[in-house]
Amino acid sequence: MSQENQIMKDWPLWEVFVRSKQGIEHKHCGSLHAADAQQAIRMARDVYTRRQEGVSIWVIASAAITASDPEDKDTLFEPAKDKVYRHPSFFVIPDEVGHM
Amino acid sequence: MYTQSLIEPDDTAKSSQRESVSALLTPEQHAVQMAAQVKFDAVIDADGKIEPKDWMPDAYRKTLVRQISQHAHSEIVGMLPEGNWISRAPSLKRKAILIAKVQDEAGHGLYLYSAAETLGTSREQMLDALHAGKAKYSSIFNYPTLNWADVGVIGWLVDGAAIMNQIPLCRCSYGPYARAMIRVCKEESFHQRQGYEALLTMMRGTPAQQEMVQDAVNRWWWKCLAMFGPPDSDSPNSIQGMRWGIKRISNDDLRQKFVDATVPQANILGVTLPDPDLKWNAERGHHDYGRIDWNEFWATVNGNGPCNKERLATRVKAHQDGQWVRDAAMAYAQKKNAAQLAHREAA
Repeated sequence: MSQENQIMKDWPLWEVFVRSKQGIEHKHCGSLHAADAQQAIRMARDVYTRRQEGVSIWVIASAAITASDPEDKDTLFEPAKDKVYRHPSFFVIPDEVGHM
Repeated sequence: MYTQSLIEPDDTAKSSQRESVSALLTPEQHAVQMAAQVKFDAVIDADGKIEPKDWMPDAYRKTLVRQISQHAHSEIVGMLPEGNWISRAPSLKRKAILIAKVQDEAGHGLYLYSAAETLGTSREQMLDALHAGKAKYSSIFNYPTLNWADVGVIGWLVDGAAIMNQIPLCRCSYGPYARAMIRVCKEESFHQRQGYEALLTMMRGTPAQQEMVQDAVNRWWWKCLAMFGPPDSDSPNSIQGMRWGIKRISNDDLRQKFVDATVPQANILGVTLPDPDLKWNAERGHHDYGRIDWNEFWATVNGNGPCNKERLATRVKAHQDGQWVRDAAMAYAQKKNAAQLAHREAA
């Protein structure tokens, strides 16, 4: 119950993603507090795009994001470490082949 | 518009609890903590970044919460001396510019509060500390803005000093703070240039206008020099801040940079900086300058400046007056959510 009261009292936190121009992906640019998603978008407009930094805004409740744990960083990303053959530079090709 | 050197403790209780917490750790927990500390130190030594969920020493976290929240408060309180002039700006153009600048300061405050929140403190806690008079903010805003030239001088000198302070913070070891500062610094240059240009316009005007500019410069110059914080010999916290990659350049070095950059700007403007000891020292390759009145600085930091009470009262009133708006928005959002939920259940 106390948690519900807390929610009633304070505006929740939202993460803001802005697409800087058509053709570019939305990029995380910060967070803000707002009562709901629509208000979060309006506020993001004022907080993060005062100088035409965006053509589109996404907001998502921060509480809805699931993030990987930094403690798991090594085990999570280790499998890619020894697979250097996934990079084109792994393969040696004669110079006379030219650009490939 | 802030000083990185305002790393004075807030008036909250000093923490001796850190030792007591470590004393409670089992040997295993202690070993885990030591290993985490080694990892943290390695990242710092390699000039890497610490992100919100990474392990960090309590003291690092506390220092950052204090510094970032003080910085945020400074942006928010910093709106007041200038906001004062919005209704009295001399033209529609200057008024629009000033509104944009003050809005930027609000934005800077919001970027910074968000950065501080990633460290586990809540917006409400920070605002409560500010409103209760426990949290510090930059002392420069506890001085009055007496004439229109003050608005120009705040842009030129106060924001100019802030830029000197803030640029090194873009390389701060704490990722969210560094990212917020990059955004702030991009916008801050407009603040300084609009101020300088407003002053240039006045200096091309009547003798009375020129006198207003000189008067404003006389009143703000020394306070701007003090913004960089106490001399290095008197800043014991600086060493730890440097070690942690939070502070990059010492108070005195930044102050010197500011003086050297400002002297030629003052010449072009045609104003005199009010310091008889200010002169070029060819041997050092820098300008020498006179003694700063640190007693006045500390008196203002400790609450006895000319506007401390007024600023805080204005800030508290603004927050209280906005309470019904926050409540109404929340009530509306909840009503809408409930309606949506009911609709879904019915479907």
